[in-house]
Amino acid sequence: MDMFNAIIQVLDSTIRLSVPLLLACLAGLYSERAGIFDIGLEGKMLVGAFAGASAAAVFHSALIGLGTAVLISVAFALVHGFASITHRGNQIVSGVAINFIAAGSTIILGQAWFQQGGRTPALQPAERFEAIIWPGAEAIKDVPIIGPIYAELISGHSILVYFAFAMVPFTWWVLFRTRFGLRMRAVGENPAAVDTAGISVAWLRYRALICTGILTGVAGAYLSMVQNGGFVKDMTAGKGYIALAALIFAKWKPVNAMFACLLFGFLDAAAIRLQGSPLPIIGKVPVQFMQALPYVLTVILLAGFIGKAIPPRAGGVPYVKER
Amino acid sequence: MSTPYTKLPAWADYGLIPLINLSVAFIVAGFVVMLVGENPFRAAVILVDGAFGKGTGIAFTLFYATTFIFTGLSVAVAAHCSLFNIGTEGQAYIGGLGIALVCLSLDSVLPWWAIFPIAIVAAAAFGALWGLIPAYLQAKRGSHIVITTIMFNFIAASVMVYLLVGALKPAGSQAPQTRNFLAGAELPKLNWIIELFGAKIRSAPLNICFLLALVMAFLVWLLIWRTRLGYEMRTYGHSPKAARYAGISETRIIITAMMISGALAGMMALNPVMGDQHNVAIDFVSGAGYVGIAVALMGRLHPVGIVLAAILFGMLYQGGAELAFEMPAISRDMIVIIQGLVILFAGALEHMFRPYIQALFASVSPKSVGMQAVNGKGA
Repeated sequence: MDMFNAIIQVLDSTIRLSVPLLLACLAGLYSERAGIFDIGLEGKMLVGAFAGASAAAVFHSALIGLGTAVLISVAFALVHGFASITHRGNQIVSGVAINFIAAGSTIILGQAWFQQGGRTPALQPAERFEAIIWPGAEAIKDVPIIGPIYAELISGHSILVYFAFAMVPFTWWVLFRTRFGLRMRAVGENPAAVDTAGISVAWLRYRALICTGILTGVAGAYLSMVQNGGFVKDMTAGKGYIALAALIFAKWKPVNAMFACLLFGFLDAAAIRLQGSPLPIIGKVPVQFMQALPYVLTVILLAGFIGKAIPPRAGGVPYVKER
Repeated sequence: MSTPYTKLPAWADYGLIPLINLSVAFIVAGFVVMLVGENPFRAAVILVDGAFGKGTGIAFTLFYATTFIFTGLSVAVAAHCSLFNIGTEGQAYIGGLGIALVCLSLDSVLPWWAIFPIAIVAAAAFGALWGLIPAYLQAKRGSHIVITTIMFNFIAASVMVYLLVGALKPAGSQAPQTRNFLAGAELPKLNWIIELFGAKIRSAPLNICFLLALVMAFLVWLLIWRTRLGYEMRTYGHSPKAARYAGISETRIIITAMMISGALAGMMALNPVMGDQHNVAIDFVSGAGYVGIAVALMGRLHPVGIVLAAILFGMLYQGGAELAFEMPAISRDMIVIIQGLVILFAGALEHMFRPYIQALFASVSPKSVGMQAVNGKGA
């Protein structure tokens, strides 16, 4: 029974840890499917987290916090679009720039506005997204097996967790069952064809980037308003890059993205849980190895040793209209 | 990389446009300073004075610049081959491992001038090796070098943390770092050069690596513009198809360029490790690899430009530290914003003002932009 409880706990933290990855990964999916590489997921998440926690603390409302997070994150996505779509700049350079601006400005502004060493004020319960207890969770809790699964794993998460997982089928639907999705995929593979059909490549790519901004904003808000009761400097800690790795791992497909993020989330949860205690058969695994595993797996995948990851064909190439 | 824009006179291309881009970056940074409630002009004065006002300041500025020359050159060498090496950070970190192994085993037997060359080779070799794997994967398996080098930065960080809290940490110590090197692994300071000019220096870490960096800048210039290999790299960077047609081996050129880039990145570690800290600590690179991207872009991938840009960033680092004393609202993280803005305006948005400047040149003298009809091409 102890073993079972431990597994439930690890899976529960797997869900919590994979939510920001999942949101950021789906965010990246929109822009990369439209042919815009986005190294700046990390930075957009960070500004989202900062803006969300600041606005929630100032206006005492979680919803205003979330709205601000999305707004600021979209603004950064539009800067990326302005550089890489309108001015046909290098998309990777632009993404790197956004990460730096985000990392610096969140600390500087946080310190100037709140004077707490780059933190935002601790959020009160009303300023955060509280856990939602599903009906019957309390009653069923003591039933063996099903009880803990329902009460711990399914119930008791914040609304943003359910939103993140709902975004998986929604993104699939948008991508593969709507006109917008079809065009977006087309613009990532062959923008000239889309242009020939009389559809604006730039506007499509901008819209994809707005979707990216919304999702990274929610991811940031989750970090600072659900997982943590306030913003801490550099709180994304490379999650944007892991999300990027997950996106490649998922071969740019939404359902795969969910499993990739759950896998990476699980590695993280297991690393925290084990903290150097020995595993059966394998023995003691260093924490650093578990932390590096997502990156190592992604490199191995990229090298083509586990299937082949083929990115959208027009990714990273600015579109120049033929004259 | 091909640009759909017409030509400008060389001085405008290499002087005017970078200057405009840079100014815009600093103007935006000025707005951030205003947002924080400080006076941007006063901040700029404090910054420049902190960097160049006193001898110690100059020495510190050049010390930081040394680090950035290495990382800037590293990014630039790869960029000439149209490879975006974001992995400079990790390559420098692993370069530090090479230095640690050399210094820890030899510092009690050899003097500094014997250890230094060995350490240079070790740092370069370790950095190059860390660049080799992404290069091989790019050349042979088509894995995108940007993604693999990012992944390798994280892997490098994990490897180094693992070693620094484990095998490399002296017994009984709590801090995650190697033991301090003995005198044999301490590089001589260069502060006397600045003192020749009459300035006083209290203690600054400017050391012999600065000269090594300048030598490397010259060698990179030689490599890129005066050797066959450099010509091949530029050809490949300009048009991989043309390079293939000319019989240049894609695999060889990618791997060579990335290994040189990695070696330069690895050498960066000499400056802080042997010149200043005298140990290898966790996160000693602290973002210098990423600064290299800004430096390379600002220096337009030319060694002279890179040295100048590195000195500018050295100034920002040193002046920024002074600024943090004078204006508590502005911490050193302000530099991170400036760095980001420079990368944005000098890199991603480098063509933003071009059409306007072109129009200006065309209206003054159509010949200077090689145009017959003034309204020939729009933006």
